Formats: sequence, structure tokens, C-alpha cells
Amino acid sequence: MTSYADTAAPAPPAVTGTTRQSAPSPVDGSDAPAREALLQVEDLEISFEQYDRGLRRRTVTAVRGMSLAVHPGEVVAMVGASGAGKSLLGHAVLGMLPPNARESGRVLWRGTPVGPAARRRLAGTGTALLPQSLTHLDPTATVGAQLRRAARLAGADRRTARVRAAAALREQGLAEDVLRRHPHELSGGMGRRVLTAIALMGDPALVVADEPTPGLAPASVAAVLDRLAGIARAGSGVLLITHELDAALEVADRVVVVREGRTVETTDAGAFTGDGLRLAHPYSRALWRALPGNDFEVTAC
Amino acid sequence: MGLLSRDRGRLRTAGLRAVRLVSLLVAVAAGCFALMAGSPVDPVEAYVGADTAAIGSEQRAQIEERWGLDEPPLERFGVWAGHVVTGDLGTSQVFGQPVTEVIADRFAASLSLLALAWLLSGVLGFTLGLLAGATRGRLLDRVLTWWAYTLASAPTFWVGLLLLYVFSVSLQWTPVCCAAPLGTLPGEVSLLDRVHHLVLPALTLSVVGISPVLLHTRQATLEVLASDHVAFARAQGERLPGLLLHRVARNAAGPALMLQFASVGELLGGSVLAEQVFTYPGLGEATTTAALRQDVPLLLGIALTTALVVFVGNALGDLAHRVAVPRTREVAA
Repeated sequence: MTSYADTAAPAPPAVTGTTRQSAPSPVDGSDAPAREALLQVEDLEISFEQYDRGLRRRTVTAVRGMSLAVHPGEVVAMVGASGAGKSLLGHAVLGMLPPNARESGRVLWRGTPVGPAARRRLAGTGTALLPQSLTHLDPTATVGAQLRRAARLAGADRRTARVRAAAALREQGLAEDVLRRHPHELSGGMGRRVLTAIALMGDPALVVADEPTPGLAPASVAAVLDRLAGIARAGSGVLLITHELDAALEVADRVVVVREGRTVETTDAGAFTGDGLRLAHPYSRALWRALPGNDFEVTAC
Repeated sequence: MGLLSRDRGRLRTAGLRAVRLVSLLVAVAAGCFALMAGSPVDPVEAYVGADTAAIGSEQRAQIEERWGLDEPPLERFGVWAGHVVTGDLGTSQVFGQPVTEVIADRFAASLSLLALAWLLSGVLGFTLGLLAGATRGRLLDRVLTWWAYTLASAPTFWVGLLLLYVFSVSLQWTPVCCAAPLGTLPGEVSLLDRVHHLVLPALTLSVVGISPVLLHTRQATLEVLASDHVAFARAQGERLPGLLLHRVARNAAGPALMLQFASVGELLGGSVLAEQVFTYPGLGEATTTAALRQDVPLLLGIALTTALVVFVGNALGDLAHRVAVPRTREVAA
């Protein structure tokens, strides 16, 4: 498990970076230029306007102040209980919030503030969603058709889309005859590879993996996490959204702990060790101690 | 699954369908015959017409005996059913032709009307349903939904009269009646003339089918738009026109296809009224004539034909649904 601080070495180039950069950066003076973050979220707040019975308007605030940063080549895990607003942040990053959502705070893409419309335009090529459940595949279209459409959306013309679809499958270790299959003819593992192939079609700089591991067998979890680490090794940033801390710690460089719509702590993954005394916030410590390997201890906090 | 067992499965499904069709036709035949036997319809009176008073009771008894009307209903049914099995549906009293010929002629005339109305309601209903679903809650959606509810509650003959008034009487764009200009022989009617006479009845008839297809498609579109795979497509940068075309249309087509094929029966029912309003000489108009003039053989023949058409429509709907939505393929096998 490796980690680097925000002031670590400059981003590894996108293509050549085949091994995880593990050389710890010398913590020298502040004169070293900070590596530019791919994505920076500052004090994001998301609320929804709802209509109660009749015309009474009601505002529900789901995200109350979240901040995080993802750099090229690193896996940042956002960990928190269900309903903490993790997935909403993921959707906000992709510009996919429903129309009745209001947001405040700042989202920066490579240092430039981007509004929801600009984020929407980034989706597919700059940022990508990497889901894991097979319901994310269109049940009526063949794998090939969906891959080709993804390639077209990423800017390929009709002929290159065909070539890129086949190449993307090969890259995920799938045979070409999978192109002709429908999603219901795929096994879970194959389906997840197809989803990965589609998500990576636009060569995104940032991949948002939303709850990739729940309900999977340990071997499948390892495969999924391995793939995420591979994406980071190839130079993209990965934002891993999960409520499973132990799985997240397998691959994450940094961990953002969220609770009830707020980030309570951002820390190196290495801080989750021993009694968790290196963790600053009691909630992070409670999460860590509640893991099976750490006595299942549940403390009220 | 081997190819052989899949073929065998298909064969079994087809066999089951055939059994179902035969039992349906037997039930319809028996039911209709029972209704006719129990009804106050007097075939002799219907045959003789206004001159009933002129024939004596003796002559009447002779006709009845000759037609076998004095025998018990069960025996008469046996004779009629025996003829039906050999393809002989009897002779229409009104048209003086074999029932099969009358039905074939009239059905051919109705077919273009039914097909046009069917296509119109399917294509319009589906497209507008997709649009309404995609613009949920906005003006277009509200207008379309309101329009669909209005159509659904408007009777066919009333819509027909309204269209007739606006387009034929006031604007004089379309003819008032019939399948061809008055006074022309069947051989010299041009295709344009035919289409010109077809438009308004077809439009009227399609009204029956549009709103259920529109409303169901709208609902299906909403469901598909809220699904995971649409969210994933949006995350790939897919936007609305493409989203509808590539991800939603086929997923939302299931209910529309089922409804469209299942509505063949309603379409036939609607054609009875629409053809009456426009005096269009099709099967629907023949049905009205047969009913009003108590033409028992023709009525029974039409009932059997209608049952057959509706059954075929439903079977095709099943098939089309399975082609469009591949998941259901495995279940049926």
C-alpha cells in the first residue's frame, strides 16, 4: 500500500506510467510546485427542491460540505455509510444531477472552475463513470452495438468505431465473439469487463467507480480492484466511491471519509493501521475499528 | 441448449397455439350459434322481408321445414358446424352470395383501411409517447397527455362525424363518403382516388389506437430513462436525441408492440362504426348490414373471421415482442 501526499512528484505521463509511482517524495520546502489536481471539489453543497403536498416547497440538503482532490495516477477512495451523499458527489462530478438539484461550492477541473454544463460536456472523454452491476448495460442491444456507440460518442467515425470496439474488448481480455452477445448472455465477470471497456472508451482522465464491490465474491472483488489500480497505473485518476473500507484500502492511495454529507477527514491510506491512532477524526477511527480484523469494535460517536 | 431441443420447443409452442386456436373457434361458433338460436331473430321473416304478411302460415311452415328450422337447436348446430368444417359457411341472405365470398370481398376492401389506421396509430402513438416521456412535465408532455386522454374518451363515430364536418363539409378537402367517387365502375378507380377516400376513415379509425399506445409508451419511456443503463449512457456523453434513438426506443417498444397487435380486435370493432359514418363498403359496414337485416349466416361467418383475425394479431404481438426484447426469448423456450 503506497501513498503520496499532495505535494508528491509531478503527474506520471499518461502512457508510459506502467508501474505505480511508489517513490516517496522528499518532503522538501513549499517551493516545489503542487501537482495540479485533475479534479478538485471545494465545499460542495447539494440540495433538492421538493414539493410537499400542494405547493409547499421544501429544500432537502443531501450534501453539506464535501471537499476532495484527485490527482492523475492515484486512487482516491471516498468512504462512508450509505446515504452519506457519496454517489451524489459522483453524479455532480459527471454533471448528471437531476434538474431539481441546486449546488453551491466549487468544482475545478485541472484548475479551472467548471459548472454543471461544462462537467456534462466532460463526461465520456474527460471523466467517466465505471459501474459494476450488469443493469448498466442496455438489455436490448448487443455488446458490440454498445461499444460502437461509446466509441462514436468518444469521437470516432463509423469505421474506426468498429475497430475500436473490438480492440477495447481485447484489452479487457475478452474474445471477439462477445461482440455479438446480449447482456443477458454474459457472466458477471464478463459483464464487468465489458462495462470497463465501455467506460474507458473515451480515454478518460478521471474514472468515477461508484460502489463497485458490494455483493461480489472475494475473487471478483480482487479482480475489480485490480482493474481500478491498473487504470490508475496507466495515468488516470480514480475516484472510488464505496462503503466498504477494507476493499477500498486495498488499492486507495488516499481516503476521504464522509459522514452525513460532510467530509470529516482526508488522509493517506497508510493511516488506517494499528489502533487507528493516526486518524484524526473519531468517526474514521470508529469505521476502522469496526472492521472484522480489528475486533468489530463499535463505539458510539 | 442444443439446436435440436430449441427446435422441439418451438414446435411444441406452435402446436399449443394451434390447439388454442381450434378451441377458441369452437367456443366462438358454439357461443354465437346459441345466441342466434336464443334471439328473437326469425330467419324466414328476414328472408322474405316486408312481404311477410303476404305469405300464409302454410307456406311459412314449408320454408321452415325445408331449412330445418323445426329441428332442435343442437341438431341444427351439428349440421351447420359440419358444413363450416368443410369450408361452407352458407349463403348470405342480404347479398345473395356465399358467405365466404362476401367476407373475402369486404375484408379485402377493409384491409387497406385497417392497415393504414393500424400503422398510423402505431407510429404516431409510439413517436408521440417517446416525445412525451422525454419531455416529462414540460409543456409538450402536458399537451400530448391531455390530447391522449381526450382521444381515449372520445367515441369513434363522434370523432368521425367531427372530421367529416371539418374536412369534408367545411373545407371540402376530402370526399364525404364511400371508397370511390360516386358513379364510377370498380375498374376505373385510380389509386389516388382510393387514397383520397381512405384518408379520413383511416384517421378516424386510428384515433381508437393512438392514445393507449401513446400513454403506455410514455410510461415505458419514463421507466427506461430512470434506468441504470441510461445513466451509464449519459455518463458516456450521450444526449437526448441520441439517448432516445439508441437507448430508449427499443427498450420502450415492448408495451407498444403488444398493445398494437392486441388492438387488432378493437380496430375491427371501431371499423364497424367508422365505416358506417363514412359509408365505406368494408367488413365493418357489412357487419352492420348483416345485423340490421338479420342475416344469420353472414353474422356467424363474420364472428368466426373476427375471432381468427384477433387471435392472429395477438400471436404476432407475442412474436414481435420477443424479437424486440431479447430477454423474453429464453423464457419462452
